[in-house]
Amino acid sequence: MASTPIRTITTLGAACLIGATVLGYACSARQGGVQTLTAGDAAQRVYVPPGSMDEFYAFLSGGFNGQVSVYGLPSGRRLKTIPVFSQYPENGYGYSEETKPMLATSYGQVPWDDTHHPALSQTNGEDDGRWLFINANNTPRIARIDLTRMETDEILEIPNAGGNHGSPFVTANSEYVIASTRFSVPVPNADVPIGDFKKRFKGQIAFVTANEPGKMRVAFQMIVPGFNYDLARAGKGPSHGWFFLSSYNTEQANSLLEVNASQNDKDFVAAVNWKALEACVKDGKGKPTPVEYMHNVMDPFTRAARSEKITSVTEVVAADCPGSIYFMPTPKSPHGADVDPTGEYIVAGGKLASVIPVHSFSKLQKAIADKAFEGNLDGIPVLKYESTLAGEVKNPGLGPLHTEFDGKGYAYTSFFISSEIVKWKLGTWEVVDRAPTYYSVGHLMIPGGGTMKPAGKYAVALNKITKDRYLPTGPELTQSAQLYDISGDKMKLLLDFPTEGEPHYAQAILASKIREQQVRFFKVAENRHPMVARAERETGVNREGKVVHVRMTAIRSHFAPDNIEGVQVGDTVLFHVTNLEQDWDIPHGFAIMGNQNGELLIMPGETRTLRWVPGKAGVYPMYCTDFCSALHQEMQGYVRVSPAGSTVALTATLSKGPVTAGGNK
Amino acid sequence: MTRAVRLLVALAALLMASAYVLPLWRVGLVAPQYPEGLGMKIHINTVTGVKEMDLQSINGLNHYIGMKRIEPDAIPELRFMPMILGVVIAVAVLAAATAKRALLVAWALGYWGVCAAGLVDFWKWEYEYGHDLDTVHAIMKIEGMTYQPPLIGSKQLLNFTATSWPDWGGVALMLAALLAAVALWMTFRRVAALPRATPVLPVEAHA
Repeated sequence: MASTPIRTITTLGAACLIGATVLGYACSARQGGVQTLTAGDAAQRVYVPPGSMDEFYAFLSGGFNGQVSVYGLPSGRRLKTIPVFSQYPENGYGYSEETKPMLATSYGQVPWDDTHHPALSQTNGEDDGRWLFINANNTPRIARIDLTRMETDEILEIPNAGGNHGSPFVTANSEYVIASTRFSVPVPNADVPIGDFKKRFKGQIAFVTANEPGKMRVAFQMIVPGFNYDLARAGKGPSHGWFFLSSYNTEQANSLLEVNASQNDKDFVAAVNWKALEACVKDGKGKPTPVEYMHNVMDPFTRAARSEKITSVTEVVAADCPGSIYFMPTPKSPHGADVDPTGEYIVAGGKLASVIPVHSFSKLQKAIADKAFEGNLDGIPVLKYESTLAGEVKNPGLGPLHTEFDGKGYAYTSFFISSEIVKWKLGTWEVVDRAPTYYSVGHLMIPGGGTMKPAGKYAVALNKITKDRYLPTGPELTQSAQLYDISGDKMKLLLDFPTEGEPHYAQAILASKIREQQVRFFKVAENRHPMVARAERETGVNREGKVVHVRMTAIRSHFAPDNIEGVQVGDTVLFHVTNLEQDWDIPHGFAIMGNQNGELLIMPGETRTLRWVPGKAGVYPMYCTDFCSALHQEMQGYVRVSPAGSTVALTATLSKGPVTAGGNK
Repeated sequence: MTRAVRLLVALAALLMASAYVLPLWRVGLVAPQYPEGLGMKIHINTVTGVKEMDLQSINGLNHYIGMKRIEPDAIPELRFMPMILGVVIAVAVLAAATAKRALLVAWALGYWGVCAAGLVDFWKWEYEYGHDLDTVHAIMKIEGMTYQPPLIGSKQLLNFTATSWPDWGGVALMLAALLAAVALWMTFRRVAALPRATPVLPVEAHA
């Protein structure tokens, strides 16, 4: 494969020639990152032989598909899609009666969303593999995914938010998950002229307690000036107890933001002392305020979700809690605010900035003590830029977005415009390596790269554009991520892998931390679903007015009952199907012809309910949709639907004997 | 009976007693669909899955070939065996305590008999499960095919490789049977070595 590096260099050279007319800066910067890895080397490093397993689990958000996908690294193989905020026909999420309540919001049923930032739960500043949190960007929500089942267990709506982009970010012991608003909105939301933005629109930062399954709560919510708030990281080590989040549109524009929100030389990184804020709220400085939002929880015993409406949230303002929040001026429209593993440095990626500014936590403490303030906004002291500055990375590239760390003293920053990852040294602020991305990387991810214990072996670039990298598929091309080896001095591109939806951001964890705790099936004996049938003798049909309940079981390779008569047009039929299998990897599906709702995929030991409203008389086949066994095709049955008012009795049967030429024996 | 023989018998009693807690036999099933394997452990008083739900899964699979459900409650031997072994252990303990050769002989012969009967009975159950198939309801009927697992060793049954080996309790019982042989040999070797004219007397007085 000797020709490969030469071809790569030639290609890069050509790209630079063309690119130079647009972004000369980027290409001159990029040449240092020319790859010398041969294809054979890279193939060996990402090759996971048949029967072997990957070293890491990676959880990539799906952007506008509203889900999370699980991949193995280094192979880049997709293992599962975890439905979170969007309905998922493949497994009935959001279609079955048990899962519909997960998608309830104060706006009604919102069966889709836009997921951006997965966040693993932490203990002592380290990913602990218990849960994954993820935001709904559109209708503000945070979900908690259980990592023993890789299922969404809980969704909490965030009140007073307009777009939940800066979310969720986890403190070192998962004390809080924070969620800041992207859009400032009237608080409380009301019918006001949009032109009253500066007067009426407010930002908010919600502190969500999430350390107890099923009990996520907005503990309190800080009302802040009407900017756009964005990415954040919790402090760690010495800075534990603090939170750092970026803000932009400090111009408070409400129209044509691409111009009007790009006027100020500096926006802010907000430094929030959440321990001080927590104490202040405890002292009674927060005000309970009426507002409506939903909390949806999957019950572990019935495996059915329920929704509750919450009608109050505790609001707190900076002026009432002095010392709880400061603004650190930062150039320019910052995106990332990333804390290094030691907890000392806060790196801000200014989308339009020509440097990467690094703030120092110890200098921040001194500046606060010295009152090195240059102003005050709604009771929030604004510090002098130089007073908190540890250093600046000069000429890093174009469009710095997000920084993660390898735990060996280096930082890796993604550059959207110059489409590259830049490696630089903490302390000296010098650039030591560059690697191009194909194309336009947004976030990047190093396993544990935002925690105190990064596993600095791989970096994943989460790209926005794929153009000529894959076989084209019409106007809509695949989305893509790229895997880099960062174990040596130079970053090495190992693999492009296509992804589902936009891979906006990701988390990854050593497989050994969670692999052994994977649940294999649910115990039928522990199933507390009200309509469970724990054995075939518990199955049956009953009518409650216009509703027909069918208690049903599924086991290889039949349903019980499998012949149902006496359903009438105008009835709503609820099939409560219990999968009696007590074995790994034997889900059953359930589907019926013409159902406008969806299908079911039922895990071993659980009960799922499918609603069906037949529109006309006739006989309707039903069958198992998941290829379960050698006689999967035989796993089928019929429902007879008679006209309304028919005298056909409601019956349900399961044939016991073999079929002869004359019919059932 | 010498002190050594009495100790051997006592040790054999302990080994036999361990069969109340340790499984006697293990039947394993591996197939492409079950790379991690399914298995049954045969205890003195019950049959359980190697993994919690294995027995249920095996019964679920057996319905394809029309094999009867393996229901531990329906196997009377599992109720008698603990009692029978209890008697055998009691005789061993008595033999060790009283040093009576007659008891030693009774124990050894009785125990071997019980072991042989147990193995034959186990083989008979395997034979019945493997051959007594519900040909009316069986989903897969293969001419001439039976599904008797091996007593010891390995055998291919359709897509499953069935293996059958003694588990720790079975090994302990076998060791006890071996100790019975050693105890008899040590005892009667001495008797045989005595001069013919001498009446056969208890030998422990000379030990």
